[in-house]
Amino acid sequence: MTKYKKAYVYKGFERFWHWNQALLIFILAFTGFEIHSSYSFLGFANAVKVHNLAAWGLIILIVFAIFWHFTTGEWKQYIPTTKNLKAQAEFYLFGIFRNAPHPTKKTVISKLNPLQRLVYLGLKILFIPVMVVSGLLYMFYRYPQGNNIEIINIGNLEVIAIVHTAGAFILLSFVLVHLYLITTGHTLTSNLKAMITGWEELEEEEIAAEEKKPEVPGKGEKKGVTGTNAPKRR
Amino acid sequence: MNKFTKPITFFLAIVAPLLIVTLVLRQPAPDNSLLDRVRAEHPERHKSAVDHSKFEVLQKDFTNPHEITAACLSCHTGRGEELLHSAHFNWEREAFIPGRGVTYLGKKNLLNNFCTGVQSNEGSCMKCHAGYGWSDTTFDFKNPYNIDCLICHDNTGTYKKASGGSGYPVMGPNGPDFKAITASVGFPKSENCGTCHFEGGGGNNVKHGDLELALLTAGRDVDVHMGVDGMNMECVDCHTAENHVMKGRYYGVSSTNTQRLHCEDCHTSVPHTESILNEHSIKVACQTCHIPVYAKVNATKMYWDWSTATRKKDGKGYETLDKDGNVLYASIKGDFVWEKFVKPEYLWFNGTADHHLITDRVDTTSAFIRLNTMNGDYSDRNSKIVPVKVHRGKQPYDTHNLTLIQAKLWDSEPGKGALWVDLDWEKSLEEGMKYVNLPYSGHYDFIDTEMYLPVNHMVSPKTNVVTCRECHTRDNGRLAGLTDFYMPGRDRNKFVDIAGQLMLLLSFLGAASHAALRYQAARKRNTTANH
Repeated sequence: MTKYKKAYVYKGFERFWHWNQALLIFILAFTGFEIHSSYSFLGFANAVKVHNLAAWGLIILIVFAIFWHFTTGEWKQYIPTTKNLKAQAEFYLFGIFRNAPHPTKKTVISKLNPLQRLVYLGLKILFIPVMVVSGLLYMFYRYPQGNNIEIINIGNLEVIAIVHTAGAFILLSFVLVHLYLITTGHTLTSNLKAMITGWEELEEEEIAAEEKKPEVPGKGEKKGVTGTNAPKRR
Repeated sequence: MNKFTKPITFFLAIVAPLLIVTLVLRQPAPDNSLLDRVRAEHPERHKSAVDHSKFEVLQKDFTNPHEITAACLSCHTGRGEELLHSAHFNWEREAFIPGRGVTYLGKKNLLNNFCTGVQSNEGSCMKCHAGYGWSDTTFDFKNPYNIDCLICHDNTGTYKKASGGSGYPVMGPNGPDFKAITASVGFPKSENCGTCHFEGGGGNNVKHGDLELALLTAGRDVDVHMGVDGMNMECVDCHTAENHVMKGRYYGVSSTNTQRLHCEDCHTSVPHTESILNEHSIKVACQTCHIPVYAKVNATKMYWDWSTATRKKDGKGYETLDKDGNVLYASIKGDFVWEKFVKPEYLWFNGTADHHLITDRVDTTSAFIRLNTMNGDYSDRNSKIVPVKVHRGKQPYDTHNLTLIQAKLWDSEPGKGALWVDLDWEKSLEEGMKYVNLPYSGHYDFIDTEMYLPVNHMVSPKTNVVTCRECHTRDNGRLAGLTDFYMPGRDRNKFVDIAGQLMLLLSFLGAASHAALRYQAARKRNTTANH
């Protein structure tokens, strides 16, 4: 039998950061594609205003998040690993249909499975920086005759705009898949609950190791040991 | 503490962003005091420092207009010399044009897309010359007494030049009261400028589309500067002059980026409160957004087909009019198309222009002949997008010599080859070319021509400007014709867009089918478990 116990996985700032980032990315995508003339809702001028504002919001948030990651050591969560990588992929492709157990155990010091590690690291060091940099260039580029800062004088917006658009499509695809993967936790809603409250029921290691028979989702909750390992809530 | 965490998070995550968005989108209340403030800053029009009615030199019964000029110059010494060097008098300017070198071009010798050119037609055309007696090539441009001071400085509105009088006013008993006119001369009023600049091309608003008689009486909605319910400005408030050289250029006849008049001269280069709009001014001229349409009151001529001229009814020339009284066909001029509330077309323009000279070769393989070429493109640092009226037409050209042809249009008497008198193309073209001393083969046809007239007037109030979406739109935007740059909202990389949409679709389908399979598997498990 799998034993579960409640653990405080996502700290207050982490959740604040996550949900604000989610909201801002949603606003940015929604207004961004309006600027791209994919549809009309706020009106072009308003879409541009909101987009620029949300962009600054996201940049400020990212600065705080970077600080938080380094001061808490949470950045180590994203160190990529090949251990269990194949197993994790196989789980999503096959095991999940058989209700097989998650191959990677989630613990407070290792919250991410190897696939998540890879994807989130990619977001953090590639896709989001590309969006931020191309977005800032979009905001601050100057045509050569408007030479406030000579170094960001450019002849043509085209490359910046296309990179920014391509990045937007990639981020949006990530969000789509990410939203679906919420439901692939221990129960359908356990991941969502965890990101809202911070608390999640995690498998206890020794017991999980002996695990053979898959548990009917939800049943483990009753058997779980609650709160013994969790930090006190203030 | 715990009690407050939730509301604070809620505020920071939801309420604060909404609040900021609302504040940003809020439109500021209209500032009605602005007009009053500007009025207070500019309380008085220019007033003459002296009373001209007191001057003995003007208390004469003038029998000859040259005497009036002489009387003016007897006090205003040196002003005659200024005029002798001005474009208003010479109808040409010295200009360097790349590829041509130093040129002397202007209305004097250039072809236009309306009445084609003044040469051989001076008797009629010089009704708009600031001089007296320019009837042919013998006119003396060095004689200051040939200057017409009154056409610009009459403030009574009664001074008129005679039709077909080579620039002379009507004299004698039917002429105007020169004593009254000379007694009240002053700064040019809009009416003075309008005599020629509103009615160029043969009638009100024919030529420019944004310069017409209605500007004298219309409100701010037509022209925010000249509107009688606004600042009621005069032409010379902006078109200031130093030594009789006016600021402002018309690139149907001008060629260089000098002596131009810019909105920025008064409004500065950062007139908007929003920096994103100010940034636009690096590449976009003010007029582009602030003149959404021109010809707001009366129609302007958009097309002039000379090839249909000389048709007769019952052996005589005739005219047909539209319901507004605009001429649609005239035997002496051909077919016209008029338009009202016209959206300008747009060009990159760096302030320099070239012109199709009468000696230039006509390229019959090109779709049309550009009578003037406004230079500029996106990559040119000095270029901005400007609105233009494009006047299209058909003009006669020599099919053997491959040049455009100066037609003789006007004469005071029949039988001299003037088209407007004799309705005979052959004779008209022959006489015209003989006058300009250029070869003519005797073979002619008509060719499509275009002329570009920058639109600078009829600026709308700020409540009625071109909106973002009129340009930042995928199809048929105002700037659809300017394809040499990337514009957000208009342009996209087709590959990135299609690949991106495909990726989104695949992500969605992947998640959906994964979910469906999971659901099915779970149901199967449940049924097995229940049995």
